[in-house]
Amino acid sequence: MGQQIRLEVVTPTGAKVSEDVDIVNAPGFGGDFGVLANHAPFLSTIKIGTLTYENGKKRESLMVSGGFCEVSNNKITFLVESAEKGSEIDVERALKAKERAEKRLVQAAQQTENFNRKRAEVALQRALARLKVSNMR
Amino acid sequence: MASLKEVKTKIAGVKKTAQITKAMNMVAAARLRGAQEKMEAFRPYAAKFNVTMSNLSGGANTTGFPLMEIRDVKTVEIVVVTSDRGLCGSFNANIIKLALKMRTEYESAGKKVSFVCVGKKGSQLLKKTGLVRKSYRDTMGNFQMYNAREIATDLASHFLSGASDKVEVLYGHFKSVAAQIPALSHLLPVQPVSVEETEKKISGDYIYEPSTEEIMDVLQPLYLNVIIYHAMLEVGASEHAARMTAMDNATNACKDMVKSLSIIYNKARQAAVTSELMDIVGGAEALK
Repeated sequence: MGQQIRLEVVTPTGAKVSEDVDIVNAPGFGGDFGVLANHAPFLSTIKIGTLTYENGKKRESLMVSGGFCEVSNNKITFLVESAEKGSEIDVERALKAKERAEKRLVQAAQQTENFNRKRAEVALQRALARLKVSNMR
Repeated sequence: MASLKEVKTKIAGVKKTAQITKAMNMVAAARLRGAQEKMEAFRPYAAKFNVTMSNLSGGANTTGFPLMEIRDVKTVEIVVVTSDRGLCGSFNANIIKLALKMRTEYESAGKKVSFVCVGKKGSQLLKKTGLVRKSYRDTMGNFQMYNAREIATDLASHFLSGASDKVEVLYGHFKSVAAQIPALSHLLPVQPVSVEETEKKISGDYIYEPSTEEIMDVLQPLYLNVIIYHAMLEVGASEHAARMTAMDNATNACKDMVKSLSIIYNKARQAAVTSELMDIVGGAEALK
């Protein structure tokens, strides 16, 4: 095993993950990116999506939404509004949220209200990301 | 002197009140622990966030960010964060008092004031001013980040539309279990954050993706969420601490009342016994 990088995922409700890992894959604002040990100092915003990390043979996925990540001193810190492991995701709730958001999008398409559409889009993204992660289990 | 039965009922009533206040005190104590844990959990996030914000805003200029735009202040919006429930001493009253004082100050300076209330008590008490733009009720019981986000988004869009030029947040700061004081924090326009030099350990050679400006654009709304969420956490903890103290005082007052009522009761009973004895003695005397 080569060198490792420290991964920390911090949410408003507390630290979610804090361990040494081999590689981190994250949904960056301009596309997904991977971070290995001894990466140069780096700061990026995070989209709603899937964060995966590998530690030896173990592979874990997290659903993350909105925030940013910082790499410095061989440590990668994610500050996100929420982070959920596949096992913690309420699939039924996510499915319902997905349906609701889709319905809202259809409604919003008929009106010209920008704000509601944006909200529904974000909700849909979140629901889809949750479902994706829960399927990866 | 009150009749025996009256006093007895009163004692029973006060004792029951004491039971209720005692129970409320214990519930508040348990809830306080929960609220403090929530605050504790949030601290690393907030600390890290502030450091990053200050790193970023250190270099960036304030022009070009609509949320940082400093305008001539014509309308001030005050976000008043209070609890949903009463029976917590003067906790909410103190916040409202400060809110009204700020209103008079701003209005005498020729500025318009509007309130946004978070928590039921605030909206009830400020309703009569007619200045409440929006109120969020029943969120303080069990709130999450997304509740704060909803409020922050609304405040930001109101600010961006030009309807408010300055937004401040008024909340009850949780100083300790014994002391909660109303506190004010500045929300909009976003000011560059400054953290003490010792915490700044960064260099300018970060790789930013996308650009600093775009990161700021994403971070600023999040920063608003952080401030609102923080205020809500503080109020959550303060409310329970204030209620604990208030209910403790109430329980003590009940005990004192029971004590003095018991004395009245005993006196009344003694008087009754004496007068009965007098009757008996009088009757026996008459028979002789």
